[in-house]
Amino acid sequence: MKTGLLGKKIGMTSIFLENGDSIGVTVLEAGPCIVLNKRDEQKDGYRAIQLGFVAINKKDVTNKPLAGYFKKQNVAPCGYIKEFKFKDIEEYEIGNEIKADIFQEGERVNVIAFSKGKGFAGTQKRHNFSGGAKTHGQKDYHRAPGSIGAVDAARVFKGQKLPGRMGNKRVKIKNIEIVKIDLDRNLILLKGALPGPNNALVAIEKVS
Amino acid sequence: MQFIKNIENEQMQKIALEVKPGDLVEVHQRIIEGERKRIQIFRGILIGRKHGGSRETITVRKVTKGIGVEKIFPIHSPNIEQIKLIKKGSARRAKLYYLRDRVGQKGLMA
Repeated sequence: MKTGLLGKKIGMTSIFLENGDSIGVTVLEAGPCIVLNKRDEQKDGYRAIQLGFVAINKKDVTNKPLAGYFKKQNVAPCGYIKEFKFKDIEEYEIGNEIKADIFQEGERVNVIAFSKGKGFAGTQKRHNFSGGAKTHGQKDYHRAPGSIGAVDAARVFKGQKLPGRMGNKRVKIKNIEIVKIDLDRNLILLKGALPGPNNALVAIEKVS
Repeated sequence: MQFIKNIENEQMQKIALEVKPGDLVEVHQRIIEGERKRIQIFRGILIGRKHGGSRETITVRKVTKGIGVEKIFPIHSPNIEQIKLIKKGSARRAKLYYLRDRVGQKGLMA
């Protein structure tokens, strides 16, 4: 059963390990998240906890049904909401805070985030096509995709790699090592890079 | 961004390093060989400081048996025991890469 937390990507830096190795880390502001709701087997058919992240002002909740939901649950409004599968949902009450101490240093986690959007990208950027020749009499044929099919097929096959929207997709990175947890500042340091820009929302979940 | 600055500041061990390009320095580096630990000393002329902050590195150059040897040390690494100033130099620029082309006595900073 997975357990998770919402966080914000702050940026990257490098730190020294005890043996002197310097490694690149991504700094995450992880939690504290508020328990907004619980899902159990009898009522919902699955066990999960709904977490809210980033406290916001009451008047900033422009969505009226959402404002009513916060009022009904009697919790402070928050900017982001996500459900996580939790094994021990009995341990938590609505309104409880969940912090980064559900993880341990050295543990491996999965991280879900949205990658950086690249806009409408050509085939060289999107599918690593090699493009046309720069010389040998070529003109205006340097980044074109080339042929997209045979004449006797009379159509383009499904799945043909073509230009289009690239990035801004949900990406899950698996088995990232937690290098360090700083509970005072609610920071988690993960080894290596993460998808998405700085200040983006990320979900961290345990590897089950 | 403040979080990142804080993390980097915590990494810094030698906050004010009193050596400048042109100085003759001695870098004491901790080396672990299996079980054994020892300190290796590298003495040479500091020819440049780079990056800054917790990622700052120094380049030290010496000439052994007519062959130039350069080592780059991350100065905030826990494996750097100390960086000793042996003799003050008088360099007029920040990066002394021109010393690589000098042969013999000219390669020494006055």
